[in-house]
Amino acid sequence: MDYAINVKGLTKRFGKKTAVNNIAIAVPEGQVWGFLGPNGSGKTTTIRMLCGLLKADSGEGTCLGYDFRSQSEEIKRETGYMTQKFSFWEDLSIRENLEFVARVYGLPNKKKLVDATLEKLGLTSRQRQLAGELSGGWKQRMALAACTLHSPKLLLLDEPTAGVDPKARRDFWNEIHRLSDDGITVLVSTHYMDEAERCDQIVFISYGDIVAQGPVAKIIADSGLITFTIEGDGARELAETLRGQPGIEFVAFFGAMLHVSGYDRAALERALLPYRSDPTLAIKETAPSLEDVFIQLQDQAARGNS
Amino acid sequence: MTGYRFTIHRFMAVLRKEMVQMRRDRMTLGLLIGIPVMQLFIFGYAINMVPRHLATVVNVADPGPLANSMIAAINNSSYFDIIKATNSPAVTRTMLAQGKASFAITIPPNFSRDIVRGARPDLVIEADATDPAAGSYALAAMNGLATTALRDDLVGPLAALAPKSAPFNVVVHNLYNPENITQYNIVPGLLGVILTLTMVLATAIALTRERERGTYENLLAMPTRPVEIMVGKITPNIFVGAFQATLILVLARYVFDVPFIGSLALLGITSTVFITALLGVGYTISTVARNQMQAMQMTFFFLLPSIMLSGFIFPFRGMPGWAQAIGEVLPITHFLRIVRGILLKGNGALEVWPEVWPMILFLFAAGTVAVLRFRRTLD
Repeated sequence: MDYAINVKGLTKRFGKKTAVNNIAIAVPEGQVWGFLGPNGSGKTTTIRMLCGLLKADSGEGTCLGYDFRSQSEEIKRETGYMTQKFSFWEDLSIRENLEFVARVYGLPNKKKLVDATLEKLGLTSRQRQLAGELSGGWKQRMALAACTLHSPKLLLLDEPTAGVDPKARRDFWNEIHRLSDDGITVLVSTHYMDEAERCDQIVFISYGDIVAQGPVAKIIADSGLITFTIEGDGARELAETLRGQPGIEFVAFFGAMLHVSGYDRAALERALLPYRSDPTLAIKETAPSLEDVFIQLQDQAARGNS
Repeated sequence: MTGYRFTIHRFMAVLRKEMVQMRRDRMTLGLLIGIPVMQLFIFGYAINMVPRHLATVVNVADPGPLANSMIAAINNSSYFDIIKATNSPAVTRTMLAQGKASFAITIPPNFSRDIVRGARPDLVIEADATDPAAGSYALAAMNGLATTALRDDLVGPLAALAPKSAPFNVVVHNLYNPENITQYNIVPGLLGVILTLTMVLATAIALTRERERGTYENLLAMPTRPVEIMVGKITPNIFVGAFQATLILVLARYVFDVPFIGSLALLGITSTVFITALLGVGYTISTVARNQMQAMQMTFFFLLPSIMLSGFIFPFRGMPGWAQAIGEVLPITHFLRIVRGILLKGNGALEVWPEVWPMILFLFAAGTVAVLRFRRTLD
């Protein structure tokens, strides 16, 4: 299998703090990989190292077949990187931003390409508008169009949908899958579970370490987590009572529903037994969701780190 | 890395982007043009090294004719404007203390009589010397007045009292600026100061603004090379600098009547060297400063010695050696000598060269630091 990204031993330190600790990622060409982890876990740092914006302290491997440490110029030419914060020029118009990108990459048929891109985005009539005047959702779309203008083979997206409304988020992901169908490899960091579930594989990173990796179903299965849901009027009060009882790893709300998870089925059942008889509460076993696993991994990592 | 050297299309991409952004930033563009005009008019007209018509209070205790002649001579000298006559020493002292008068001249009782008797009375001048420079020309003029004021009165039997002239003549030629017109000195100097301010500031902010807005990361993630970014960002400022210089020179010539004796071409070439050296400083600052505020502060850190230690206002040779040494490092010090030399003295390439190479040296030093400081990564 050919890998678009294949690195190992990737490490980055800022002063005494290790931001990324000896991680290995191998993303096969054409796949969409999700990058998950709490804030400050090292997602952005990893992405920046892959596209040559930060120098790795150690590690080796390739990006698009180029040595990621010494050939970052080549990697940059074939990679599109969308920063977490909107990083196009707000005092340039939409068209001027796209034209600048086209010029920097020395793309042929610049005018036609920009026209076509504007058309595809549905921004032809607003092309003279300053990018800074666009709403959050439109900014993301423009940024995605701008960083795919040079037909990159690899797309690195750093929390591209943060602060974007659900409809725009959905459209954005449809676009990502369209790009993936064209053979582009995508590594996208996100905090949204529904987005993670749309990825071929996810990498969960915490405190600079990879704590889980694989397809969503496998990560859930591997977690060994057993989850019960509690629904009803008293559920909210129950959360505090249950939290910290033997056998209960964590308690979390999903909407109005309480998720109670643990590893030891017998202990978990014991803890829930007193409430089984309560007619106002409905207690059912369920398959743990990705978010359950996410919280559990995060808790575990935090405990291991403190 | 081969095949990724400086390319024209990427340089042009950055240049065009900068031009559009500059055009759109009306405020900054207005300042770049407004600042030189305003400063030129304000400082050109305001700064006067040879102050005249300084407020003077007189305390005349002698009604005699010689005292009257003396007062008339003082009033006619154009250095002193007598604003008040009083008999009270307390009033004169108060006026000096409050700054309402710069000088108090006291003519003692029996002044005329004592002169006639040959008793050499004292004419007392009290000067507000908090600013030593302000009154120095006037006081020097006073000495001249002492010998000439009473010439018409000390005739006939009194002729023996008239001051004798020295047994030799002092011949003074004020070369290059015979009338001591301050503007001839200040206006060409302003060319250096205004270029220092706007060129360093505009460039210092250039890269810092990208960093502050987060667009720098994007620029680095694209294949643009540091030298392309640097040259692309600096080039528009060279044009702005050339425009400012032209504007200042036109105003200097036609509004302030500054003589243009030397070669304008030579001035153009040396100005370009000066501007480029300043842009080097600005770019160095922008690689160090984390935000635009810091860039601004660093610019002023550079600007102040450029004004104070360059010989722009205060005579360069009057400073202690260490201050002159600092001044010699600054490009503006050399540029001021060049501009004043070319415009007022008609200096040619030969006379100007000793001031050009220190600027070139400075340019290389600043450029080297800028390139070394420029990081292709975010860490």
